Amino acid sequence: MIGNVIPPALPLLAAVLILPITSGPIRKLFTLLLPLLALFLVWQVPDGPGLTFPFIGLDIVPVMGSNVARLFATVFTLMALVGGLFALNQARVVELAAAFGYAGSAVGVCFAGDLVTVFVFWELMAIGSTLVIWSAGTPEAWRASMRYATVHLFGGVVLMIGIVGEILGTGSNAFTQLTLDSPARWFMIAGFLINAGAPPLQAWLPDAYPEGSPFGTVFLSAYTTKTAVFVLLVTFPGAQILIYVGLFMVFYGIIYALLENDMRRILAYSIVNQVGFMVTGIGIGTEMALNGAAAHAFTHIIYKALLLMSAGSVLYMTGKRKCTDLGGLFQSMPVTAICGIIGALAISSFPFTSGFISKSMIAQSAADQHLAIVWMMLAAASAGVFLHAGIKFPWFVFFQKDSGLRPPDPPWNMRLAMYIFAFLCIGLGVWPDGLYALLPYPTGYEPYTGSHLVFQFQLLLFSGLAFFVGLPLMKRTLTISLDVDWFFRVPIRRAGLAILDGASALRAGLADAARDRATDSWHFLQASSGRRRLRMLGQSTGVAVLIVAFLLGLYVVLYYV
Amino acid sequence: MNDDAERRKHWLVRRDTIRKIWIGGYALLALTVLAQFLFPVHGHFGIDDSFGFAAWYGFGTCVAMIIGAKLLGFILKRPDDYYDR
Repeated sequence: MIGNVIPPALPLLAAVLILPITSGPIRKLFTLLLPLLALFLVWQVPDGPGLTFPFIGLDIVPVMGSNVARLFATVFTLMALVGGLFALNQARVVELAAAFGYAGSAVGVCFAGDLVTVFVFWELMAIGSTLVIWSAGTPEAWRASMRYATVHLFGGVVLMIGIVGEILGTGSNAFTQLTLDSPARWFMIAGFLINAGAPPLQAWLPDAYPEGSPFGTVFLSAYTTKTAVFVLLVTFPGAQILIYVGLFMVFYGIIYALLENDMRRILAYSIVNQVGFMVTGIGIGTEMALNGAAAHAFTHIIYKALLLMSAGSVLYMTGKRKCTDLGGLFQSMPVTAICGIIGALAISSFPFTSGFISKSMIAQSAADQHLAIVWMMLAAASAGVFLHAGIKFPWFVFFQKDSGLRPPDPPWNMRLAMYIFAFLCIGLGVWPDGLYALLPYPTGYEPYTGSHLVFQFQLLLFSGLAFFVGLPLMKRTLTISLDVDWFFRVPIRRAGLAILDGASALRAGLADAARDRATDSWHFLQASSGRRRLRMLGQSTGVAVLIVAFLLGLYVVLYYV
Repeated sequence: MNDDAERRKHWLVRRDTIRKIWIGGYALLALTVLAQFLFPVHGHFGIDDSFGFAAWYGFGTCVAMIIGAKLLGFILKRPDDYYDR
């Protein structure tokens, strides 16, 4: 207990310790109760700082309530609950504990009242999510988790430079709205954007997420990128650069997803695409746009988790993840197929699903601000979402050719989790007022007008027509697509290996030379005086120490220059 | 023989059903465009006031994205064990 509020992150962080020391039904009980308790606590935090304590001259505010924090933390804890149910009987305990620690850290960021707290939870998230990927237990997952950790630790350094610069420059560590007017703040926004999956490092997301287990990937899809959306929403609303960054992400996601063969990588690219809509909305920065971005983050977490649960069920039951190996599964997995289709309709913003009532606010705000090109691009991208995720995922996994696979639907807890999120996808779409009431600003938006419905049906159904007309161009191939991670994985890796080879060759050469010298000296010593040889043995160590002392001295001098 | 194979298929993927789905699909497409007479779509910028804007724009941009992806694929696609070699 801190002051008069209990940090809502606490139950989820405690799960990291509790889940591994319990077993059987007790562990299952905790898996469901702890997120529920966190969800309850989210709604007990009053607005404003919960408690402040001084630390190295700064005011640290570990818990601070606001309506944006509550909105994001609500969906984060809900996700932990339903994700926990999905993984209840199947996931390894280390994975579940890591996932809950990861979720708890994301909730911690939501309620952070200062930048230092944001940073601490930000780094905990990086550790938790790396462990989630790693728990998949395959060599590919291990390598992907290391690449993932490298990018996120780098992002953490960039963010830390920004935060330290901000504190030194302004004397304030307040986690509040900032204008992009100092180098430190550019570092901060860069650190945030790395986690959002923004260019130029966006490749970490489609590289790492599909390597998680069927359960881990569901958690991964929810937290890192949406926490980044949350902090951008709080700190840099209306920063124009976010419009361009967001639009890039939107189309990057579509094009790469169209090329992709791995069903979960298709969905990973579409996370970048969807977060692009949110980032664009934050860049537009009006109340309508920010409401749209926040609402879209909320609905996106639910339908994307549903899509990945559907894909995860297919992977769990068949062991296959490539579209070239799948197809025709609707016959034996009707629940998985129907829930996947509901998620696909929601991501496509089909009327009467959750995506329709959230994403359209972003497009509306572009129209209200007379941003014609932005609006046209968002409209094209909305059609493109149906193309790359809305039809492509269900079509290639559940229909297309008959793969001959006839796996049954997954166990009851996985089905129940899908039912709950499928229900929410439709419920939020049909009754949007509950979600609208939680948004940061009052909303007078009415999504269900005849004009809007006709527009959306035309846009989506004709993009569906384009899919089936263009199907011959989209034959699945056993391929991956090169992305910016190629630079790290091929030329930079080769250069690194070459440097290592060079270094070891140099070391071997030096060692040979030293041995020759030593042998020469040895012979010389033997020839001159046998007694002094012991003293001379220490010579090479002495030289090494001298070199190290010289380098350290050089470092100190350079540091002060 | 062929009819036998057809009958063994799930009803949803029989040739006859697929033909009906296409006909129904085209009817639905026509309906969404015709619905514009009942519920006029109000544009914001001029071009989006044109008749059936969302229909032709959605179709056109999607075809462009499919072709764009196909062309980029020639440059970007690699065998899926590319990084494991």
